[in-house]
Amino acid sequence: MSIFFLSSGLFLGWSLGANDASNVFGTAVGSRMLKFRTAAIWCSIFIVLGAAVSGAGPSRTLGKLGSVNAIAGAFTVALAAAISVYLMTSARYPVSTSQAIVGAIIGWNLFSGSLTNYDSLTKIVMSWVVCPILAAGIAIILYKLVAWFIMRFKIHMFTLDTLTRYGLILVGAFGSYSLGANNIANVMGVFVSVSPFPDISIYGLFTLTSVQLLYLIGAMAIAFGVLTYSKRVMMTIGRGIMDLSPIAAFVVVLAHSIVLFLFASQRLESWLISWGLPPIPLVPVSSSQAIVGAIIGVGLLKGGRSIHWQMLGGIASSWIITPVIAAIISFISLFFMQNVFQQQTYRPVKYMLTPAAIEHIREAGKSTKAIEELKGKMFPNAISFKKALSKRIKLPHKTLELIVTSAEICKMKITEDKIAKINTGWITLEQKDVLKKLIGRCFVHKWMLDEALAKESPHWRPKENDRSYNNDLKNKLSYLYDLFQEMN
Amino acid sequence: MEFHILKKKIGIEKQIDDFLDQVSEAGLLFKSGVDNFLKNRIESFQEKIQHIIETEHRGDFLRRGLEEMLYRQTLIPESRGDVLELLENMDSLLDRFKGALWRFDIERPEICGEFHDDFRELVECVVQAVEAIVLSARAFFKDITAVADHMHKVSYWETESDKISTRLQKAIFSREDLGLSHKMQLRDFTRHVDEIADVAEDVADRLSIYVIKRSL
Repeated sequence: MSIFFLSSGLFLGWSLGANDASNVFGTAVGSRMLKFRTAAIWCSIFIVLGAAVSGAGPSRTLGKLGSVNAIAGAFTVALAAAISVYLMTSARYPVSTSQAIVGAIIGWNLFSGSLTNYDSLTKIVMSWVVCPILAAGIAIILYKLVAWFIMRFKIHMFTLDTLTRYGLILVGAFGSYSLGANNIANVMGVFVSVSPFPDISIYGLFTLTSVQLLYLIGAMAIAFGVLTYSKRVMMTIGRGIMDLSPIAAFVVVLAHSIVLFLFASQRLESWLISWGLPPIPLVPVSSSQAIVGAIIGVGLLKGGRSIHWQMLGGIASSWIITPVIAAIISFISLFFMQNVFQQQTYRPVKYMLTPAAIEHIREAGKSTKAIEELKGKMFPNAISFKKALSKRIKLPHKTLELIVTSAEICKMKITEDKIAKINTGWITLEQKDVLKKLIGRCFVHKWMLDEALAKESPHWRPKENDRSYNNDLKNKLSYLYDLFQEMN
Repeated sequence: MEFHILKKKIGIEKQIDDFLDQVSEAGLLFKSGVDNFLKNRIESFQEKIQHIIETEHRGDFLRRGLEEMLYRQTLIPESRGDVLELLENMDSLLDRFKGALWRFDIERPEICGEFHDDFRELVECVVQAVEAIVLSARAFFKDITAVADHMHKVSYWETESDKISTRLQKAIFSREDLGLSHKMQLRDFTRHVDEIADVAEDVADRLSIYVIKRSL
């Protein structure tokens, strides 16, 4: 069955390759500096390398808005996203897989009665607006710089041609590598826990773990998408919006990479913080938006007359349509999955204001007077709990979120055999030792486990001003919730 | 592999320079050939014709090689058409120099002594116009901002050669002792030489468009 569920991940990978890969090599192919075949081969090699060498751990994007907590649900979410991206690819529009995934997860949230994290959603949607504008600005500055450089050093037309070609391959390869590294988790991340593959030893030289094998297969699906179906979107990127000169093509890809780096680099953020500078917010930005923004930037610099505004309008509307379509497909297919194929698409999450939860809210400095009367009452899902709360009191968004997370029921029991399952590669030996101290204890809420662990050792405490460490810690804690949760 | 490709590119750059050298050299040969003709040094004149034929062959060979290289290696995709056109136009200037010198050899026109200075001046202007377009073309490949510095000179020399050509034709037709056929032959020669400057100006006009297309 797991193998079957994997198929939608592979389809998503194929769609990702067919659409997102166009961003890194589209301008090079469109400006005829590289042949499609050459670009596709370079792109595929580096995507596979990126995914295999530095593919991130469990999926983060999927966890941002809601947590799809059943395998059939993950299958459907991935399938809905893949279908939406495929539809857009057929229409030659560059969209991002992450947009489709966001839409599909919202569909799942609606179906399962989970709350959508509006904070994250607003951030993501804001980034869809900010990202193209920022990319356009960076492209303009870069173009001016490159033009100055060419004028200043009087580079011969043919030398410039060679340099641009190498530049395009280099930036494209780098872009493909990051694409593989960042997106493999979106494609395969949800299947990590159910990977059907055993570890494979290749002639005793090295061993491929089951996760690496899973990622390798996912990466190959992406590469297959690049080779078979990415030409259409490449042509839209490379020539549809405006005719790009090779120099402009290079500038556009470079600007796009810089924007993605700025928004995704945890190292840069830590570095800025360490120097006492304000950090750049880390939000998932879409490479399609960055590339389209950069092309518009160069077009505007040249007076804007060469931009095909109609095509641009089409692309902009496809960005709005993609998440909507993904949400609708996701919702409808979840319905079928649940009711026709009798598969569990979500594990119901219940809510109850236990005395401990009320105390927890009080400790956070919020008044619990208005919600006291809900004490001890069980709610079948987040939406009904939120409705009950809203009926009694109008709460600011942050407080509401605090109450909802405090009341979430997640019965966990720390047992020795489950601790034994933990691989110490990710969760450190010290952290594992701390867990052993909690053997035999039960927790009703997730935050209770967080607090118990933090109380036992600094290894489980968040660090100030170290967002990447804290994010990783959150991921580890989510892993523990899943591991220790008792099925009833 | 990288080094190999770079070396090939340097090869192309050198070939383009060589080709433009041939065009420039053809101008100098033409000037010196006409001078020899006017001075009635037929042997030297024949030598120049031989030399210009070789130059033209070399030019053709280089141009064909360049065209093939540009297409085979799909270089400068956005400017390939423009560069090919420029090379062909420059080659046609070379051909015209050769053709004009050939015509002197075939028809052996009887040019009266009083027209010699004007003829020399006309040839000088035409050669200068072509020289200016050669410099513009070199700048187009190496330093696009410098193209304008040379291009305006093409127009200047073309206008000058037009003036001389008009003056010369008037002088030819004002001579009553010459027969009409003789006058017409001299007029054709004047026009034939003057046309080279016109073609140079046409090439300059096209070049200015290529420059706009490549401007950053």
